[in-house]
Amino acid sequence: MPEMPIESGVPDPFQYMHPVMTKNYGAWKSHNRPRPGVLCHTAKSGDQIWTVRAGTQRQMDLQTIRTLCDIADNFADGYIRFTIRSNIEFMVAAEAKVNPLIEELGKHGFPVGGTGPSVSMVSHTQGWLHCDIPGTDASGVVKSMMDELHEEYIKEDMPNRVHITTSCCQINCGGQGDIAINIQHTKPPKINHDLVANVCERPSVVARCPVAAIRPALVDGKPSLEVDEKKCICCGACFPPCPPMQINDPEHSKLAIWIGGNHSNARSKPSFQKLVAAGIPNNPPRWPEANALVKKILNTYKADAKDWERISDWVERIGWPRFFELTELPFTKYHIDNWRGARRSLNASAHIRF
Amino acid sequence: MAKQMYDTPMLDQLESGPWPSFVTGLKRLATTEGKHDQDMMVDLLGQLEHSYKTRKGYWKGGTVGVMGYGGGIIPRFSEVAAMFPESKEFHTLRIQPPAGMHYDTKIMREFCDIWEEHGSGLVAFHGQSGDIMFQGATTDNVQPAFDAFNKIGFDLGGAGPAVRTGMSCVGAARCEQSCANEQKVLRSLVNNFLDDMHRPALPYKFKFKVSGCPNDCMNAIERADMAVIGTWRDDMKVDQDAVKSFVADKGRKYVVDNVVSRCPTQALSLNDDDSLDVDNRSCVRCMHCINVMTEALSVGDDKGVTILMGGKRTLKIGDLMGTVVVPFMKLDTDEDYERIVEIAEEAIDFFAENALEHERTGEMIERIGLVNFLEGIGLEVDPNMVSEPRQSSYIRMDDWDEEAQKWNDRKAEAAAG
Repeated sequence: MPEMPIESGVPDPFQYMHPVMTKNYGAWKSHNRPRPGVLCHTAKSGDQIWTVRAGTQRQMDLQTIRTLCDIADNFADGYIRFTIRSNIEFMVAAEAKVNPLIEELGKHGFPVGGTGPSVSMVSHTQGWLHCDIPGTDASGVVKSMMDELHEEYIKEDMPNRVHITTSCCQINCGGQGDIAINIQHTKPPKINHDLVANVCERPSVVARCPVAAIRPALVDGKPSLEVDEKKCICCGACFPPCPPMQINDPEHSKLAIWIGGNHSNARSKPSFQKLVAAGIPNNPPRWPEANALVKKILNTYKADAKDWERISDWVERIGWPRFFELTELPFTKYHIDNWRGARRSLNASAHIRF
Repeated sequence: MAKQMYDTPMLDQLESGPWPSFVTGLKRLATTEGKHDQDMMVDLLGQLEHSYKTRKGYWKGGTVGVMGYGGGIIPRFSEVAAMFPESKEFHTLRIQPPAGMHYDTKIMREFCDIWEEHGSGLVAFHGQSGDIMFQGATTDNVQPAFDAFNKIGFDLGGAGPAVRTGMSCVGAARCEQSCANEQKVLRSLVNNFLDDMHRPALPYKFKFKVSGCPNDCMNAIERADMAVIGTWRDDMKVDQDAVKSFVADKGRKYVVDNVVSRCPTQALSLNDDDSLDVDNRSCVRCMHCINVMTEALSVGDDKGVTILMGGKRTLKIGDLMGTVVVPFMKLDTDEDYERIVEIAEEAIDFFAENALEHERTGEMIERIGLVNFLEGIGLEVDPNMVSEPRQSSYIRMDDWDEEAQKWNDRKAEAAAG
């Protein structure tokens, strides 16, 4: 018999779970945050568990992972988990272990924080390191940004939590964020007509276009595709199924910033992010223009928002005109949506703030 | 003796600063003498620096897999292999993590040993769908690496038009706000569809995400085709003594400004004696007050889940939120779990039969209308599914009386218990 895969699916987590968490599974009473980066959960049984959260680079080499394991074995109870934003969490059953653990993480350069009203780790994708369609890098953008926002990660000085995301194409794998920094292409694809017929399933490419701007065509006697450049929205959706539709452009692929995405149901319903700035140069290795804008928006939010307001709640209170005034960002015709359902985003009232 | 390192002046700039540097890690993998795939990492760094210089990516997909599966490996072949031959193949294995992403150090070290033997030594915890991403294997090493992970109880995740790897929050393992057994929900759902995960044959991807409460830490509503959100239907719990000490500690203004007036349905009122009134019939379970007063307020006892379907990101018609298809269901008994799996089966069967190629569930619902989808998967309409009823009068309502009768019959049936 040939060896067949064992289709075991999602593994049972209890075999890897801290015993205090297993024992008190589903029977927790309350929690508090004794300091930034530390959570203390109390179970109905009276048991307590302390969690120390630290930032990682997400893309980790073996030595980094083994160092984290050494820290977990020597200064914690040998159990870790990761959050959805690639923070690592060490769980300990004794309060006395918390400070030595924090100190050890500090020695190895892992920032402790990311809890409560802080700027948590940027949720991101693969970029130039591994993706087949990226307009920019991911890990490098995030490294440069978290270097600048390090203080906001290790403190809890924001009005409420801030989730930042980045995406290397307009598919936006990074997802919704309070602030999202995403690639925005500004020119239609350049087509390598020599390759299309052999590489691309042309009807699928035509079907993929959100605005029906692509049609099959004979170019120089070869079956290929053509793009109505007036209709084209430069989204890049045709590139994944047809790489000869070159959308990435060292000069014309820019960054755009979107704000107010929020997945939580707390206070208001979940919200999608909205465009605030575009045309930002894609400038490795440290993307200074994009980072300066992110910091400008963050500092304005920090100074003006009230406790517990996420960025979306804050803008809802002060209004978009005030947002653009306070952040000194230009408001352009491109901020007015014209996609399907756009009329609901227009102000159909006499509600004007002065 | 390993290959000589390239000059990487741009990447070098990402080694300074307080945040942990992935570049330093990549360099360690390229300079550890005698390490497996050491030269691959030297060329990988060369290619990455080349991307930084030219501002373009140089990977293309292809076909690489393991025996018996049609997906789960992300093949990457270099377009600049002539310049950087050792990293010409740099594939990723997507491995499903334990629900809630819990690990002990023993299993982490086993991962490291396997990846040291068969791969580049680069791992991402975790990808945006929730997989552990073991990045950087040659085509020949993909099968032995997978076999080794598979032997220690780990399986490939999804890729392509398939059921994808799911995510559930830490939930009941540590969080008092948990209203569900998140790991059980996730494992019941995903592990029922492993054939649809490992042999991609759906119109497009289908994702499950499970959050234990409406804080939705897993971004389920915005990112999952089927989002399962824990909630409760009895009264939330108020420890009035703890409320009073919170008020004494923080002050009345703080409580009014940050708790009472931030309630989206005005369901809270601070009494003259500093106790709190809750109008539980108006409360929408948004979680805000419970988030603020973690010691005084907590979720109720009659727990269950809300199911939303159709969330997705931008491609192709724009971002869509999931919308409610099951306002509340209990998840206590084996029959309850069978029912939620059955709802997922109905949804995926309907999706497989009715979605267009490369169309997500949310886009299909947008195209055919929610009612057709509900009828297709055998769910009844409910006013919790809408923010408001229809505005447009341009609608035929020939069988209004029968539809009204259905509603009355269901209400009578529910009242009879």
